[in-house]
Amino acid sequence: MRLQYPSAVRIILLPCTGKVDLIHLLRAFEKGADGVCVVGCMEGACQFNSGNLRARKRVMQAQEILEKIGIGGERVQMYNLSSSEAPRFVQIAEEMTGKILSLGPNPIKRAAKKKAA
Amino acid sequence: MIVAKKKPIEEIIDMVKDYPKLLILGCNECVTVCEAGGKKEVAVLASALRMYFMNQGKDVKIDEVTLERQCDREYLEEVRKTIDRYDAVLSLACGVGVQFMAETYMRTPVLPGVDTCFMGVTEERGVWTERCQGCGQCVLAWTAGICPVSRCAKRLFNGPCGGSTKGKCEIHKELDCGWQLIINRLTELGRLDDYEKLMPIKDWSTERAGGPRKVVREDVRS
Repeated sequence: MRLQYPSAVRIILLPCTGKVDLIHLLRAFEKGADGVCVVGCMEGACQFNSGNLRARKRVMQAQEILEKIGIGGERVQMYNLSSSEAPRFVQIAEEMTGKILSLGPNPIKRAAKKKAA
Repeated sequence: MIVAKKKPIEEIIDMVKDYPKLLILGCNECVTVCEAGGKKEVAVLASALRMYFMNQGKDVKIDEVTLERQCDREYLEEVRKTIDRYDAVLSLACGVGVQFMAETYMRTPVLPGVDTCFMGVTEERGVWTERCQGCGQCVLAWTAGICPVSRCAKRLFNGPCGGSTKGKCEIHKELDCGWQLIINRLTELGRLDDYEKLMPIKDWSTERAGGPRKVVREDVRS
């Protein structure tokens, strides 16, 4: 298919979204990521039964924390799709990129820049 | 185990905002099991606090250490060499650990990062319920292994009160009546005769009513 998706998206491969821990999501933002999108299998279709359901809960925990500390909870999102849905993946990547562009850069980076100036 | 729950992050931020060099100290025991103050929770809280203060443009140093226990001196000693590097310690141990840490390091403020709740069990992941209040004089042998002190809202000793309806307690419709549970289990055990025995008035001096408690074992004392 060779579909194009926004070049700002960096892919991190995992065996299952169940491997994603809350600290991984937070560290991404601490290191300056503007947004994180967790893309797992369809609910009910996890090879390990509940990996994607666990990931969703962790994404929700991250959203709550990020909202409270002023980074913005909507910067982290969970999506579910099957591995054969490449066009859907492109759509998600574009949707997420658009959302992050409208939110602007990670506020930590803005604060650091302001301080350095 | 001792069950604790995380404090809201806003409350923690308010507590630690004046301490630019902070040590977040976790505990590998009960608070790890109830997912309130173990190594993972320490890492998550440290990351969240660092981001909050970075966003505020404040320079902070937040380090993470998780001890095997905070209720034994030998483990608390592990931070003796480094404690002076910090303006305060945010302990994610239960109230016992926070206090023992504070007693051990008199010149460092020790702040609580969790709210300690009770001694209880894991019903399922994410659900913990109370089982023991440490009354100092166990009666479980006579109550079918179900505690009237911790499971009955009124801590009654000779059967349910008038508020017990269809096996539930009057304080909450989802809460089982402790005495209903006792009677059910005594019936299962074929020991309902135990229910007929009158319990004497309990000596509450072994509970908190007698002030802070102490256990001394001369046979094992060093």
